Amino acid sequence: MLRDVTFGQYFPMDSFIHKLDPRFKILLTFGLIIVAFVSFNFYSLGLVAAFAVLIMILSGVPVKFYLKSIKPILIFVLITAVLNIFYISGETLLVEFWIVKIYLEGIIRAAFVAVRIVLLIIISSALTYTTSPTSLTDAIENLLKPISKLGVDTHSFAMMMTIALRFIPTLIEETDKIMSAQKARGADMETGSLMQKIKAVLPILIPLLVSSFRRARELADAMECRCYHGGEGRTRLKVLHASYRDAIALISSFILLSLVILLNILF
Amino acid sequence: MSVIRTENLNYVYSQGTPFKKAAITDVNINIEKGDFIGIIGHTGSGKSTLVQHFNGLLKPTSGKVYFNEEDVLSDPKKLRELRFKVGLVFQYPEYQLFDETVESDIGFGPKNMGLSDDEISQRVLEAAKIVGLSEELLKKSPFDLSGGEKRRAALAGVLAMKPEVLVLDEPTAGLDPYGRDMILDQICEYRKQTGATVLLVSHSMEDVARVAEKVLVMNGGRVEMFDTVEKVFSRGDELSKIGLNVPHITQIFMKLKAKGVKVSEGVFTMDKAVNELIALFEKEGKNA
Ligand SMILES: Nc1ncnc2c1ncn2[C@@H]1O[C@H](COP(=O)(O)OP(=O)(O)OP(=O)(O)O)[C@@H](O)[C@H]1O
Ligand SMILES: [Mg+2]
Repeated sequence: MLRDVTFGQYFPMDSFIHKLDPRFKILLTFGLIIVAFVSFNFYSLGLVAAFAVLIMILSGVPVKFYLKSIKPILIFVLITAVLNIFYISGETLLVEFWIVKIYLEGIIRAAFVAVRIVLLIIISSALTYTTSPTSLTDAIENLLKPISKLGVDTHSFAMMMTIALRFIPTLIEETDKIMSAQKARGADMETGSLMQKIKAVLPILIPLLVSSFRRARELADAMECRCYHGGEGRTRLKVLHASYRDAIALISSFILLSLVILLNILF
Repeated sequence: MSVIRTENLNYVYSQGTPFKKAAITDVNINIEKGDFIGIIGHTGSGKSTLVQHFNGLLKPTSGKVYFNEEDVLSDPKKLRELRFKVGLVFQYPEYQLFDETVESDIGFGPKNMGLSDDEISQRVLEAAKIVGLSEELLKKSPFDLSGGEKRRAALAGVLAMKPEVLVLDEPTAGLDPYGRDMILDQICEYRKQTGATVLLVSHSMEDVARVAEKVLVMNGGRVEMFDTVEKVFSRGDELSKIGLNVPHITQIFMKLKAKGVKVSEGVFTMDKAVNELIALFEKEGKNA
């Protein structure tokens, strides 16, 4: 079913990671990804991987769902790895046939690249699995505040993002419903020539567009009726607060960063 | 003869995720040809989920659905045919209108059936007549109709397929009393003309009492009762325990009876109530 998509889905739970300040989470996510990409040897990358696994466990989201989010990009990881195996040259030649030469260095490099990409997905999934879309955009707006001084309308940007995210599940549900309704009238979406298939989409697309416009208008009216007038002077129901948890997260991240740098230098 | 029969039917939404939700559990029902069945139940009790199994839109998590004693999933190629025979009108069907004119939108189903153009326009006219849409409206864009007209156009879109079984999911939701009665009358008219079996999901006990012959009561995904209107509505206490009720007029008559007024039980519709009261006054008049 359409609504069983998992990528970027929020899992309402009550874990340590869920309770972190979303602003921190965003910064830490970026920080961790950077750390993963500057880990140059087995020890430092292993450490980052261990940290990512720790986050995965602390988040309380079933590991199955992390695996699910990795699955779609597995092909991409494999291709990158294979390219690396064939293109990197080094000193320890392992296999040679025809024009292909595979070096130990190439294999190591490929493994590194693959692990880094997988870590990237795990870490960013941890962010979206544990942070509701609204607090995510709240945090982004908050983090972008310095730019608004330059005259960029960061509030509108964040509001558009919130609304877009808010309506994704609604649209999926609506598509599902309209599809069922047209199927009930014998709409055939699977067979036929390309032209017929394109035509078969119209009975779904048109009602979907019509209702999206209707929704947008209704939402705009509803917002205006409640005196929405942009970001100026607007206060929040939920003010973002940093807590001791964020301190713990921050300190452990710093320790991780120092260790990674240390390991990079030592080995 | 049974038209639709289910056997240990279960359906679970989002199976295999933390969001999984058992929507219907262990449903065994047998719907006879020509039945007019009202399906009632608290919101979220699984009514919509149940009826979407009858035309194969939802595939049972376990259990079987039979149409004319044939397993509906036995042959995937026959699924489309089944959808023409079991016509399903969704809740708020007006949101599925899409074509340039009302006429071609109503003709969408018949066209998918592969009928000839003559046959299609014939059926569109018939369906439009049943739901009371004038020929002039047929030429308009469906988006220019009023809410009630849109609803009737969407209903006509399913009637035009001439289904043997007509399933309606809250066809009167959000309509005014006049619009509601009109839709119900049109459904009855269709049934009279074609002898179709009708399943009507509704939150209005009045509507169900007015048109249906049997009532299927759903509660928490299970079938709670499935019997004639009289039998089901005589179990008012049990109904109110699961958040449902008997029609208002029945409640009034039950209270009258409790107060010692000599009226009969089992008054479910306004017509019956009026007759009952007239009879009562005549009797009292003679006594006085
Ligand atoms: N697409 C879906 N995904 C997940 N759960 C669903 C979905 N559709 C319905 N449900 C759940 O299944 C249960 C039964 O829903 P259903 O729509 O069949 O109820 P209903 O009796 O038609 O209610 P209503 O009277 O409000 O229309 C509900 O608890 C609902 O939350
Ligand atoms: Mg429903």
